[in-house]
Amino acid sequence: MTRAALLLFADGRFPSGSHAHSAGTEAACATGGVVDGPSLHAFALGRLHSTGLVDAAFAAAACGGSHGWTALDAAYEVRTISPRLRAVSRSLGRQLLRSGQRVWPSAVLDSLRAAAPPEGAHHPLALGAVARAAQLDEIEAATAALHHLASTVATSALRLLGLDPFDVYSRLAALAPIIDEIAGRAAAGAHDPLDTLPATSAPLVEILAEDHATWEVRLFAS
Amino acid sequence: MLHEHAHDDAHGHSHSHAHDDLHDHDHPAPGDARERALRVGVGGPVGSGKTALVAALCRLLAPELSIVVVTNDIFTREDAEALRRMRVLDDDRIVPVETGCCPHTAIRDDISANLDAIEQLESLHGPVDVTFVESGGDNLTAVFSRALVDHQIFVLDVAGGDKVPRKGGPGVTTADLLVINKTDLAPLVGADLEVMRRDAIARRGALPMEFTSLVDVAGAAAVADWIRERVAFWRGRALAMP
Repeated sequence: MTRAALLLFADGRFPSGSHAHSAGTEAACATGGVVDGPSLHAFALGRLHSTGLVDAAFAAAACGGSHGWTALDAAYEVRTISPRLRAVSRSLGRQLLRSGQRVWPSAVLDSLRAAAPPEGAHHPLALGAVARAAQLDEIEAATAALHHLASTVATSALRLLGLDPFDVYSRLAALAPIIDEIAGRAAAGAHDPLDTLPATSAPLVEILAEDHATWEVRLFAS
Repeated sequence: MLHEHAHDDAHGHSHSHAHDDLHDHDHPAPGDARERALRVGVGGPVGSGKTALVAALCRLLAPELSIVVVTNDIFTREDAEALRRMRVLDDDRIVPVETGCCPHTAIRDDISANLDAIEQLESLHGPVDVTFVESGGDNLTAVFSRALVDHQIFVLDVAGGDKVPRKGGPGVTTADLLVINKTDLAPLVGADLEVMRRDAIARRGALPMEFTSLVDVAGAAAVADWIRERVAFWRGRALAMP
């Protein structure tokens, strides 16, 4: 692996369509769940330990290559209850895979593209496959998935609420050891049977995602 | 599950992936550029008339060309819905893309969502002659990536102030066609069209510009002619004019 490849891949400016999404933060802000720095921190922490762990585990598994794409896709699908979030995940996976095929062309990405339905591969699968194509390992794929979630939550709250950017980034920095710990757990199971992969969820996030999709005026796609 | 794609990783053990297809499907390769539609970006500040221009161009050109439109709204699907209400094209030829606070990012730095929408529209309706990508209203620094569109039109309006062309920026300076819209309002807002023309020429040199008033669809006739020329050039042959 190269450290530079990980930084390139994890940079929020990497062109993969995710800048238009808030990972549920817009809905959380509107319902009063996220209103300031401390509530943003709590929201991010909850997401990292629930959906973040699942995303990281599937990114690590996709990177590790011990599971067939169909089985991995189905296992992630059943862990994502909201039809809206399933669609968003596939849309982001499709876009990330397109970028990855240009930036790090490789057989592993071609195989995922060939196996995925027209709606696209689920985002953590694409994330893990692109990580592999960039010669990153399972723990790096898991870390990138968690960093992606935390930074999406933080930067969208920054834009929506006009928070102090230095405060927001100090909170992201405080989350770093937690991200490392969750990534370690996620990556440790990358080659385990699919049924043992985490299935933690965040029901309110799923419910709010369905509602958010019906808003007439919104800044983020999800 | 067994693996057909073995590859060695940096740690020396072998990784592999099965490609058990979830679905067989056909993703069209980008292929020769000339085999796909001409892609034209329409950018410019909020309220300058981008949607009105796209609507007028669809009305003027749809009888002779197969057209699809991707709109980029900042907050809503307003622009796509406005175009659908005007019935300038069938509803399924118009698709909105959401841009998450940053309309310029979606057309310049991260074109993923727009490319995604374009490819889906072009494969659904192919062969398509012209794909319009209408940017969300943005500031003067917004410019389309060359990987997203082949040509770009930048739309200003006289009510935004006759000093705007002098302020320049990549939209004014580099757009393949500059459109200065709402000329009918010039006397009402005290805008001097000659000043705008002179300043635009100073910024753009020989690149073309058109003055339009889109109160009537016919106001876009000169821009429609420019599109016809570009399409003919793209195809490498002259289009029969109606």
